[in-house]
Order: sequence, then C-alpha cells, then structure tokens
Amino acid sequence: MRRAEFAIEALIKVLGFSAIGFVLLIFVFLLREGLPVFAQVPLSNLFGTRWYPTFGLFGTLPLILGSLLVTVTAILMALPLGVATAVFVREMAPTWAREVLKPAIEVLAGIPSVVLGFFGMTIVAPLVRQVLGAPTGLTAFTGALILAYMSLPTIVSVAEDALDAVPKSYRDAGLAMGATQWQTIWRVVVPAARSGIVTAVMLGMGRAIGETMAVMMVTGNAARMPLTPDSLFRPVRTMTATIAAEMGEVARGSVHYHALFGVGIILFVLTFLINLAAASTMFKQKRRGGLR
Amino acid sequence: MAGCSTEPPESETRGIEATEVIENKGSDTLVNLALAWAEAYMQLHPEVRISVTGGGTGTGIAAMINGTVDIANASREMKPEEIEAAKANGIVPKEFIVARDAIAVVVHPANPVNALTLQQVSDIYTGKITNWREVGGENRPIVLLSRESNSGTYVYFLENVIRLGDKESTLLFSPETLLMPSSEGISAEIRQNPNAIGYDGLGYVTPDQKVLAIARDAQSPYVLPSVDSVNDGSYPISRPLYMYTAGEPKGHVAAYLQWILGEGQSLVPKLGFVPLKPQTK
Repeated sequence: MRRAEFAIEALIKVLGFSAIGFVLLIFVFLLREGLPVFAQVPLSNLFGTRWYPTFGLFGTLPLILGSLLVTVTAILMALPLGVATAVFVREMAPTWAREVLKPAIEVLAGIPSVVLGFFGMTIVAPLVRQVLGAPTGLTAFTGALILAYMSLPTIVSVAEDALDAVPKSYRDAGLAMGATQWQTIWRVVVPAARSGIVTAVMLGMGRAIGETMAVMMVTGNAARMPLTPDSLFRPVRTMTATIAAEMGEVARGSVHYHALFGVGIILFVLTFLINLAAASTMFKQKRRGGLR
Repeated sequence: MAGCSTEPPESETRGIEATEVIENKGSDTLVNLALAWAEAYMQLHPEVRISVTGGGTGTGIAAMINGTVDIANASREMKPEEIEAAKANGIVPKEFIVARDAIAVVVHPANPVNALTLQQVSDIYTGKITNWREVGGENRPIVLLSRESNSGTYVYFLENVIRLGDKESTLLFSPETLLMPSSEGISAEIRQNPNAIGYDGLGYVTPDQKVLAIARDAQSPYVLPSVDSVNDGSYPISRPLYMYTAGEPKGHVAAYLQWILGEGQSLVPKLGFVPLKPQTK
C-alpha cells in the first residue's frame, strides 16, 4: 500500500517536473537557434529599418513596431468593450441572460483564427477600404479589429471573474450610502476589481501579440516603418506573420534561419514581459487579500 | 525516350494494391499542374501513389534535401547555398525542366490601363511611380501586391522585372509592397481593389482579373501573355519550371519523370502553362 502510494506520488512528481522541463528545453532550443544571429549580423543591421531577408537585410524594427501597433490598437478597442461586457454580464444582466451570455462568449474563443482571417480578408478588408478610403483594406487597423475580436473572450471572462471576486458587502455598502447602481458599479466595484481587470488586459494582449494566422491574412505584410500618422491605415508586417511566412523556406542553419529564431526570441521576451506584468498585478492583488 | 504504348513499369507488377508512393512537394505555382500530372499518371499506373503538396519552392527543396520527398517542384533554379546544403547531406540534386510559365501582371478589371513597359513595371514596384495617373490611368494610389519571399515567383520577378535582368542592380521591392501568403490572397485583393497591381503565374490568373500587355522596352510592341507569345519569345516575362530529385532518379520516380517530359506535356496547356516544345510535332 505504502509502496503503491510512493510510486504514484513519484510518477506525479515526474510528470509535473517534466512539464517544466519541456518548457525549459523549448527555451534552450529557441536560444540555441536564435542567438547566433546576434553574432552573425551587426546590430545596426538587425535593428535597422529594412527587412529583406533574401538580400541580407535583417532590420527587425518594422516588425517589432508593426506587432506593437496592431496589438496596442486591438487592446484599445477591446478594453472598453470587454470591460463593459463583463460589467453587464456580472452586474446587470438578469440570470437567464447571464446563463446564455457566458457560454456564448466562451464559444467565441473557440473560433479558429484562420476562419476569422478569411472573414477579415473577404469581408472586413473591403469594408475598411471603402468606408475609410484607404488605398487598400489590408491594414494594421483591419488586423487590430480582428485581434480585438479574438481577445474579447479572454478579457471578458477574466474581468468577469475579477468582478465576481468583489465581496457583495461592497455593493450593499455603496447602495446603502444612497449611490445609484451605476455609481456603485463605476465608483466602487470596478475600482475594487482593478487589478483583475489589468490582468485581463495583459492576458488579452498576450493572446493578441502571439496571434499569427489571422494577422498574416489581413495586415498586408508589408515591412514598412509605421511612423507616419496614417500608418494605422497602411499595411504592416508583424513578427509572428514573418516567422510563419518565411520559416518554410529557409535552409537550416542559414543566417535567415537564425534571424527568424532571433525574431522569435524578441517576441518571446515581449510576451514574457507582458505575462510578468500580469502575474505581478495578480500577486499584488493576492497580498492585499483582506481588502478584496 | 520510351514510346507511349510500351509498358516499362508493367514488368515489375508485384501486387494488385498500390505500394509505391512518390512524395512530391514545393512550388505553389506548379502545384496544380503537378496534381494534374499525378492524377493522370495514377490512372495509368494504379500501383503508384503520388502525393502532391505545395508550400513554396524553398519548402520543397528543403524537404528534398532533408530526404522527406522524392521530387521537389521549383519555380526557380536551386540557389548555390541550397546545392551546398544538399551536398553536405550527401545529395547531388538532379534538375529537370518540366514546363514553362509566363508571369502575368494583373490589375482590377475597371482599371483603364491596358499596357506597361517593363521599365514602368519596375518603377511601380520600386516605389518610383506611386499613382496610376503617371502611367495613363486614373488619379488613384497604386497598391503593390507580391507573393511572399519564399515564392520562386518573387525571386524571378525581382531579378527579371524589377532589376530588368541586371545582375549588378541592387533595386528591391518597395517596403510598401504587400506580401501575400498565397496566390488566392493576390487574386482576392485584385478582384476587389481598383488601386491594386499584382503579378502571378499565368495559370493562376482568373477571368475576373485584367491581364496587362507588356513591352520589353518603349520601342517594342506590347504583348499579352499566351502559349504562343511565350513559345515564340515575344512575351518578356516567362521562365522555366523545374523538378528536382535527390540524385539520379530510380524506378518509379524515373518512370514518372519520363512520362511528364513526354506524354504528360499534353496536360500543360490545359492549366495555363506552356509546354516544353510546341505541340505541333
């Protein structure tokens, strides 16, 4: 009996640690394949403004800025929508509506990104061109629209959990003070759930910056520097789309191959920082325990 | 060359079921033609199964070097570093020219521009010309479409159109160029955007796109791409299409390639490509 228990315990331990081990191995692999590029290509080239990998120009700046432009715009669109949806679902919707809305929002998360990409390419992009008068509908803005839509489920469900964690006594106290329902929600409940909402945004951002397929289909993939004021309505090329589009072609071990892994490292560092920020706000929230 | 009616692979009929598998991968330009060949050949030789996938020339060649496919389809010649990589893997690639392709320059059907010189196409793609007005069209911005840089069509277009075949030239696609992951991406955008200009293999041009006539220079006549104009060399943007095998092909692969170069050529014009020799022979 003892022995069986010991064996099971050991097995679970091995499985648990191997999950960490695999992540570490992937990270080591990423570093091994990507770091050589920082030695092979001068930094001025690597952080230059021109990405023509077929001709030895590996400027990653347009890719980094492209990813950031699309992601930040997407979050700016998704944040108010997502938080408002979460507030409605948690605070205002009648029970039956909540029962329908919650699973429906979770189903949104299950739509394959390639389907959204195709939808974006054939429906949204022509609309963007006709309505906004941009030269082409394949723009950073179109990508941001699709990404906002994709990160909504994450933001809504995490923000909703955060609102859920606000004790009922807060709401009762607010109402007892003579505040209206709106004042209670806006001045008491949402601020109390603030760190949870920040986490929701960070997670949504992590989802958005790593998205590949849909972005590749709707942003036009032109590696231009998005510095002019109209850049939002011009094509961009993101880091993920670059890796996905070019990885199939490269000869193993070539400079271009290492450069793509180098882009992977940059992307990894960015998402890691975002997740770290999310984790630290979550940690703060836990420490403040009593307050919530 | 083996005659059409003789039956060389018949002698080694081992079983009734298909057992021999030929893996065939590479250029998206060639994929439809390769599929048509594979289907026709499998009907003639039920003992052979041929699986065809696209993914781009570079993808196919990389797979051939790594030994995961028997035949790589390519819309350009292998690069020296790819041949090096193959040799490092103990493989001497063998090249076959299997058909010819013309690259068509396409615009939205409503675009009034009918013809351009190679120089004008080059200036448009390097960003020197940015408005259709400058080449006799409406006052509209030009939106540049290209295939991704893993496409053989991209490299061919850059070397022979943008750089006009000048090896010394360092011209590049304008950074404003939209790189589309597929031929379908290009045709979808051309169909709905009157600002767009694109290029793709003649076999991929759908009737809802307008093909431009191209002149070698200002003195030459403008020529539309067609089987005839490619064969007589008057259309300026055409290229050979290749298949590569790892070393001298053997057995079924050899028989298949021999069939493609012979009988299989009759399928080529049906897919919008240009057969190796004029059909009249």
